[in-house]
Amino acid sequence: MSKKIPIAEGLFTWPSDNPALLGSRCQECGIAEFPRKLSCPACGSENVVSEELPRRGKLWTWTIQGFMPKKPYLSDETPETFRPFGVGYVELPGAVCVESRLLENTAEDLKIGMEMELVVGTYRHDEEGNEIVGFAFKAAN
Amino acid sequence: MDVAIVGIGIHPFGRTPGRSGLQQGAYAARQALKDAGVEWKDMQFGFGGSASAGSADALVNELGLTGLPFINVANGCATGGSSLISAYNAIKSGEYDIGMVVGFDKHERGAFNADPKQMGIGEWYGEKGLMITTQFFAMKIQRYMDMYGISRDTLAKVAQKAFMNGSMNPNAWRRDEIPLDEIANSFMVSDPLTKYMFCAPGEGGIALVVCRADKAKQYTDKPIYLKAAAFRSRRFGSFEVFAPSQALQQVDGPTVDAASAAFEMAGVGPKDIDVMQLQDTESGAEVMHMAENGFCEHGEQEALIQAGETRIGGKMPVNTDGGCLASGEPIGATGLRQVYETCLQLRGNAEARQVPNDPRLGYTHVYGAPGISAVTILQR
Repeated sequence: MSKKIPIAEGLFTWPSDNPALLGSRCQECGIAEFPRKLSCPACGSENVVSEELPRRGKLWTWTIQGFMPKKPYLSDETPETFRPFGVGYVELPGAVCVESRLLENTAEDLKIGMEMELVVGTYRHDEEGNEIVGFAFKAAN
Repeated sequence: MDVAIVGIGIHPFGRTPGRSGLQQGAYAARQALKDAGVEWKDMQFGFGGSASAGSADALVNELGLTGLPFINVANGCATGGSSLISAYNAIKSGEYDIGMVVGFDKHERGAFNADPKQMGIGEWYGEKGLMITTQFFAMKIQRYMDMYGISRDTLAKVAQKAFMNGSMNPNAWRRDEIPLDEIANSFMVSDPLTKYMFCAPGEGGIALVVCRADKAKQYTDKPIYLKAAAFRSRRFGSFEVFAPSQALQQVDGPTVDAASAAFEMAGVGPKDIDVMQLQDTESGAEVMHMAENGFCEHGEQEALIQAGETRIGGKMPVNTDGGCLASGEPIGATGLRQVYETCLQLRGNAEARQVPNDPRLGYTHVYGAPGISAVTILQR
């Protein structure tokens, strides 16, 4: 039977019914970072703790990846089935701006400042047919 | 001790199937030596680099085993700028009188594919298709256009100007002009940037002979003085390539920091510069770098570019040799190409693309991953 495996350990809470991205926050200067690191990018302190990041935020900027990337890109697609995908930064209030794939993939559907929400779901399948679970953002309802 | 450039050499940019990157570097080195009227054995040091074409110090096998200290420099898109700064400091220290700076490269076709691990990022990032420089440039200009009212037409005009200048440069890769609507309507690589708005990895080589300023006239009657050379890396809060996250509060990027350091070092300001070469990885980069380097306010680019002011006859000529867009991007050579072009312009030897009114001060700027910038100010 196929399993659900996160694309990387420690990127988001897993398993979970309501996953959140996991960041680290510096206890000295208050700066948050994603993914979690062992030290703070602003002041270099090693006094950082893990925290769940907000699931909603505003779109800070975006683009659309028009061609199928070369390795290390890995997906279920072939050059024939590839469809352009959205990429953006989402401003998570009080935390950090996170870069992510977006479920929207046309210029008409994307606007700086729009409200976005986290989705955690199947990104691709591995050789054994397991589901590799990743994160993305989509326009919030 | 001031520093002067007394010899310049170039291997044509583009594709040269029969010649390795190293050989293109050697070709440029021989030209630079000839231009200065010196020989390889006269060189007291060498600094050089390439990203994909082997170790630059292997050049000694091509040029002669003279025993000189040759140091390999590897600093991404700022490799050339870093080599030049290293040479500048070597001469300023008083340790050396004359030496060579060289950069060359030969990349495979297609976009660069970077390895997340080398940048300290998890493999998931590459797997999901985020380890792509073109996305960063597109997202930076997308937000900039939204904030400062830059139009898509202006992005196309930057590329049109690059190919126009490239058509006057025998060493450029792209030497045919491309109509504005063809640029605007070509394949959308990463919204808002189309195929013709991006430079492509290519090939080429550049070499410079540099010496103590007080000895420059021995070698040439047109020495070009290096009035400033500054290099900076990103500070926390600057929006950079390959960043899975970034700070909520933005600060100025390394370009702004390197530019102000260079202006202070040279004792001049942006208004004094007669000709400038600014990193144009893509059209949007040239637009943003005009303001980040201090040549205009944010948003003023729209009117300046629409009025043709960045063309060769305009009041602030940018990328007179066609820039990266027309020359391609051989990483090791690209920053030095800007210096080569500036030397030609200040010597008055740029022929069809010569900036009028005897330019006296030139400016070069590179920017690259993972958030570094190098600036030079040159004076005749």
